[in-house]
Amino acid sequence: MASYRIDGDEVRASLTGAAGDAGRGRSIVLNRSEGACLLCHSLPPSELGAEPFMGNLAPSLAGVGSRMTAGQLRLRMIDSTRINSATIMPAYYRIEGLNQVALAYRGKPVLSAEQIEDVVAYLRQLK
Amino acid sequence: MERRVPGSEQMNWLRAALLAALISSCAVISSAEDRAIPLNQLRSGSEFLSPELRALQADAFANPGMLWVERGAKLWSTPAGSAGQSCASCHQDAAKTMRGVAASYPRVDAKSGFLLNVEARINQCRSERQAVAPFRYESDDLLSLTAYVNSFSKDYKINVVIDGNAETYFEAGRTLYYRRSGQMNLSCAQCHEENWGKNLYAERISQGHPNAYPAYRMEWQSMGSLERRLRACLSGVRAEMLPYGAQEYRNLALFLAWRAQGLPMESPGIRR
Ligand code: HEC
Ligand code: HEC
Ligand code: HEC
Repeated sequence: MASYRIDGDEVRASLTGAAGDAGRGRSIVLNRSEGACLLCHSLPPSELGAEPFMGNLAPSLAGVGSRMTAGQLRLRMIDSTRINSATIMPAYYRIEGLNQVALAYRGKPVLSAEQIEDVVAYLRQLK
Repeated sequence: MERRVPGSEQMNWLRAALLAALISSCAVISSAEDRAIPLNQLRSGSEFLSPELRALQADAFANPGMLWVERGAKLWSTPAGSAGQSCASCHQDAAKTMRGVAASYPRVDAKSGFLLNVEARINQCRSERQAVAPFRYESDDLLSLTAYVNSFSKDYKINVVIDGNAETYFEAGRTLYYRRSGQMNLSCAQCHEENWGKNLYAERISQGHPNAYPAYRMEWQSMGSLERRLRACLSGVRAEMLPYGAQEYRNLALFLAWRAQGLPMESPGIRR
């Protein structure tokens, strides 16, 4: 696990030291076994590709790239509970303080540091 | 400097004890009153189904779960064990002796103090009264007999006991219900109390009641128990699935039944 520093509501530095790949980020967001973001979120129809379904448990991600900085998006992705302790959004880059995690996933974050950066790069493009 | 009043230590001790008693009695009272979903707002999972599936559940001739009920009826009068006794030998006509029974489960067995669901009760009779091996969890035999017994509680309102020797099971179930778990870090309540009526992808989340089980699920193409459904929820949040028959499931089931107190039983239900 890469270490990171929280400044206010941001993690300003890239977890990998490099910029992410927005194209890969998009497929992580859409993929049901990777980000599975559309369990809860919606996206503009032009972004949907082959995924016909979107959840409505969370605000749309449309325009999120103009509402939030890369650093804000990164902290959101790493561990949403740092912003809202009661959130239903999973912590995508956290392995501590979880209960009864299935063996196959134990000790692993939902997304890798590279994947977090890819998703942040993609979200930044949603203007 | 602290001023010492004679006898103050004793006073404090007494006050602390009284306070503790007061707090714990409040906790007991609140356990019966604090309902996240008030009783008059309970909605069965069937209300979240398509009209087609709801109609299928209501039609006793078309409902595929009835195949298990019919099979259970045959098993009811099939002798097992060296004494050659069937369920019917002791319980006679289930339509009379099993009427409304399942609506009061899970329930504490007075003799052993264990919390039993209907499946465990049936297997207790298998091993203790018929002296034969218990049915395997999720076997067609166990699902069929459970569906048969539960069918005589159809339309009966769920009514479980949570105090007395059931209280520790109930509290353990409640704790589990509100605890986040799995890699997705979600509690049961975050979906079924805070977000029912909304969609995960295209699936509408219900209030998560146990009244349909054992139920025929389209996704399974089969009948399955409440535990099987709970395992699906656990696996959805990437939490470890406990083995069938685990105490945790029973505790949760008691809490679920209490949340659904007054909701009519529907087994054999149909679910997506
Ligand atoms: C289980 C539901 C759920 C999943 C899955 C989920 N989120 Fe969220 N997300 C939320 C909720 C609810 C919020 C609203 C804020 C809150 O309650 O914390 C949110 C907020 C956000 C925000 C801030 C939006 C804003 O306008 O403030 C971003 C960005 C975000 N999520 C991105 C993602 C991405 C990317 C994924 C997939 C990798 C994802 N979320 C998966 C539930 C979810
Ligand atoms: C990520 C959201 C989510 C979480 C967390 C979750 N469930 Fe579910 N649950 C569902 C969905 C979706 C269904 C299927 C549709 C429905 O009936 O709600 C379901 C179905 C159920 C049902 C069957 C309802 C019916 O009428 O058939 C029960 C009971 C249930 N859940 C209990 C639980 C319990 C107990 C937990 C915690 C261990 C839990 N759920 C955690 C989403 C969730
Ligand atoms: C030798 C007699 C005998 C046989 C055979 C028998 N049972 Fe029982 N069963 C009992 C007795 C006695 C009780 C009550 C136990 C108690 O309260 O401790 C009971 C209790 C039950 C209950 C709980 C009833 C309630 O009101 O809570 C169910 C359900 C049940 N049996 C199902 C079955 C099934 C299904 C079979 C066949 C597989 C079966 N029993 C076979 C004697 C028998």
